[in-house]
Amino acid sequence: MSLPSPSVSLSSTNPTNLPLLSLSGIVKSFPGVRALRGVDLQLNAGEVLAVLGENGAGKSTLMKIIGGAHAADAGTLAIDGQEQRFQSPQESRTAGVAVIYQEFNLVPALTAVENIFLGQEETTGGFLARSQEREQVSALFQRMGVDVDLDAPCRRLSTAQQQLVEIAKALIHKARILVMDEPTAALTSHEVEKLFILMRELRRQGMGILYISHRLEEVFTIADRVTILRDGGNVSDCPIHAITRDQMIERMVGRPLDQEFPSRRVKRGGPRLEALGLRRGKAVQGVSFQVHQGEILALTGLVGAGRTETVRLLFGADARDAGEIRLDGQVLDIRSPRDAIEAGIGLLTEDRKLQGLVLRHPIRENFGLPNLRRWCRRGFVQHRRESAELDRYIAALRIRLSNPEERVGNLSGGNQQKVVLAKWLARDCEVLIFDEPTRGIDVGAKYEIYLLMNELVAAGKSIVMISSELPEVLGMADRILVLHEGRITGEITDVAHATQEQILQLAHA
Amino acid sequence: MPEPMKPARWLADYGMILVLVLLCAFFSVVTYSEQSPTGEAAARQVVEAVLKAVPNGARVLVVASDQPGDAVFAARVERDLKAAGAQVLASVTGEPRNAREALQKIQAAGGSLNAVAATRVAGGWRVFTDLASDFPSLGSPRMITPASYRWPHFLKSENLLNIANQIAVIAIVAIGMTLVIITGGIDLSVGSLIALSAVLAAGFIRDRAGGVSASTGGMVLGCLLAILVCGAVGGFSGLMITRFAIPPFIVTLAMMLVGSGLAYILAQGQSIYQIPDSFVWLGRGADLFGLPNAVVLLLVLYALAQLLMSRMKLGRYLYAVGGNAEAARLSGVPVRRVLLFAYVASGLLAGLGGVIMASQLKSGSPTYGNMYELYVIAAVVVGGTSLSGGEGRMLGTLTGAFTIAVIQNGMNLTNVESYTQKVVLGLVILGAVLLDKLRQGRWAR
Repeated sequence: MSLPSPSVSLSSTNPTNLPLLSLSGIVKSFPGVRALRGVDLQLNAGEVLAVLGENGAGKSTLMKIIGGAHAADAGTLAIDGQEQRFQSPQESRTAGVAVIYQEFNLVPALTAVENIFLGQEETTGGFLARSQEREQVSALFQRMGVDVDLDAPCRRLSTAQQQLVEIAKALIHKARILVMDEPTAALTSHEVEKLFILMRELRRQGMGILYISHRLEEVFTIADRVTILRDGGNVSDCPIHAITRDQMIERMVGRPLDQEFPSRRVKRGGPRLEALGLRRGKAVQGVSFQVHQGEILALTGLVGAGRTETVRLLFGADARDAGEIRLDGQVLDIRSPRDAIEAGIGLLTEDRKLQGLVLRHPIRENFGLPNLRRWCRRGFVQHRRESAELDRYIAALRIRLSNPEERVGNLSGGNQQKVVLAKWLARDCEVLIFDEPTRGIDVGAKYEIYLLMNELVAAGKSIVMISSELPEVLGMADRILVLHEGRITGEITDVAHATQEQILQLAHA
Repeated sequence: MPEPMKPARWLADYGMILVLVLLCAFFSVVTYSEQSPTGEAAARQVVEAVLKAVPNGARVLVVASDQPGDAVFAARVERDLKAAGAQVLASVTGEPRNAREALQKIQAAGGSLNAVAATRVAGGWRVFTDLASDFPSLGSPRMITPASYRWPHFLKSENLLNIANQIAVIAIVAIGMTLVIITGGIDLSVGSLIALSAVLAAGFIRDRAGGVSASTGGMVLGCLLAILVCGAVGGFSGLMITRFAIPPFIVTLAMMLVGSGLAYILAQGQSIYQIPDSFVWLGRGADLFGLPNAVVLLLVLYALAQLLMSRMKLGRYLYAVGGNAEAARLSGVPVRRVLLFAYVASGLLAGLGGVIMASQLKSGSPTYGNMYELYVIAAVVVGGTSLSGGEGRMLGTLTGAFTIAVIQNGMNLTNVESYTQKVVLGLVILGAVLLDKLRQGRWAR
């Protein structure tokens, strides 16, 4: 594989050993928050630098400053030793920076080619040089060793393919600095491997890659160096081989962490929720299982194996073609989430921003949404009861917020997830379904959520947990079901002796 | 993006009310001029002055011109003077000629005259300038007119009530529109529903309730029927939107055409005016402390709507559906029912608006409510409700409606021609939305 090589231009513009990108003393404040308090960072050409930190540590803000989406209040940003003051994302892009956000910047209705050239279309005499554009992209994809439909609108591409389109866009724009925010969060492990191969190749050709991730295993696989942020400042900057995984976590959290998963005693009771022959189209093709009282049941498998689709049927979020749902032996007639909630089932959705929260609304209102009926008299909401209950959960879950009337969208990811948790805990559901409960959440908050799950099952509730993170599945579940293409392909009851390889075997069926 | 400065934020939060107050202040200053009391207030003042000037057994001539309120003046003065023991020799309402005739008659009868109680206009007639030499036998009657004062025309209570009355229909329909827009939708059919409702109510009274001799029960029945039909049309829109996922813009655009067409068919393109006089009670009556009934109704409805949106479960659901329908659904909110409610409410309120308009104009015509959907949407948007849904306040909409009304009224008072008014109104709407953007800038990081 050989890619359009930025190293040629690199060597000409960077004869000395200046770092490709260097930030020093970057300060950035938002109303009420000091997001960055003097951050230093250096990225060399031909290096993958991992930036780690808990949610709210300032990674995203830093990234937006590099990408020109925010202007720093103080501090300098230099590329090849030349100070830059980006006023807009365009200026940053012109200077050779490409940022790939977690939410991709693609126009869903446009094709890969159109997206890649968006804003700098090749034209001849005012007309789009479409075939020329197409050839360039197709050649690039070939060199990248990837297969992406050039004519399909981007919304029909898979997440991994969309990411490749973003990378291709960066390459076409001759970017020398690539910033990636959680690039692997939504990828299957196979896709992650392919992405890493591509990243290594880009690194070999002299690109500097800044890589943000919560997945520490991956950081050890791909990064050359790590910079760790905590509370808006640097706490560590060292080569990858000079740090251990536990040290990383400790520095991110700011205190030693005894263990990643809290232990508990399992008191498994009789079966509570039963799914019998659930079906919906191709996604779910006859799934049956039981969840017992006091049990955490993990549903795992590759992305697209039908895990989320299955629990959405249980919850009535989608209509099922066939199948029966029982709770404590009683057949439930679930046609909508409302019915499921009524029956005592709660679902913490995978995507809290799109499905879990009304981001622009206050924390209190989000918390109250599924619970209003309990705090209502003749249609009137009893605000005092609602606020009292919320206060209880803010304390119990240690939600960090300044004011319950604040917009929930202003909270960090971990705190947002806690608000989602709080709203379902207040509903006192018998069976809770957690879909990727710790996605995008930092280590400290993860541990607290695990503790909470343990408390719930200790109180006799049942939990169905979907997770792509195998360590989490192995660390938390009492029983594991593996799905593949809409069917259950394996069950692991002896979780204590199970391995990741075992799960992957079943997942690839 | 730079943060908006502090004053800007303050301006954004209280902006619309501030703008309204400034507008009122502006029009007050511009219309500050010589005023004289009219009607009953003038009568009271004049009677008091007459009794003070001639305490016992005054012989008085009451004179008023034929301007609005003058008949009331004359009648009240006559009544009060008689009650106080004075003698009203004649009461004239009309032109100088009539006053001269009255004076001649009094002189012919050979009596004296102590005072002339006149309105400000009538008191200035030439006939009264030289009473002593023209009618020597009358003695020297005192000329008593109400004292003038300087006060903004805009702030006179008649004018303020006038504004409220003019805006009543738009403001009431805007309640429903606010509900719909908060859910992230839009209702373009309200203007047509106003016409449909007015035609239905008037048509029912003419054809089924006995026309001009219709009973109160018949009129109430006709109005209720009209309002319910509009609610049903709203419900139909709601069903199309929730069951078949057709965008609200399209559905209500279609219903706008359907509603308007039906109104023309039902009225056969004519105005319907065979309605009893008592039908104007709702639109022109003023039973409570002199407040017009339509304004009282408006205030009650806004109070209820504010209660709904701020205190009730349904209100919270409306916001949640507009803010993130999927998250709301997955939290157990009955999204379809909530949406249906919003469109039914909008239809019902548009129907009520139509009935009020028919009552104000004492007729029903398919041309009513033309373009009203745009004025209503403007009121909602000026009030700070975002068209993307999930945000907005009822009282904001009320402010918005009044802002529009004040601007129109103020321009009428200052003789701005109607074409210019349109231009100004358009720019005001744009300015209001700009203000709203400023407010949102606080959240844009």
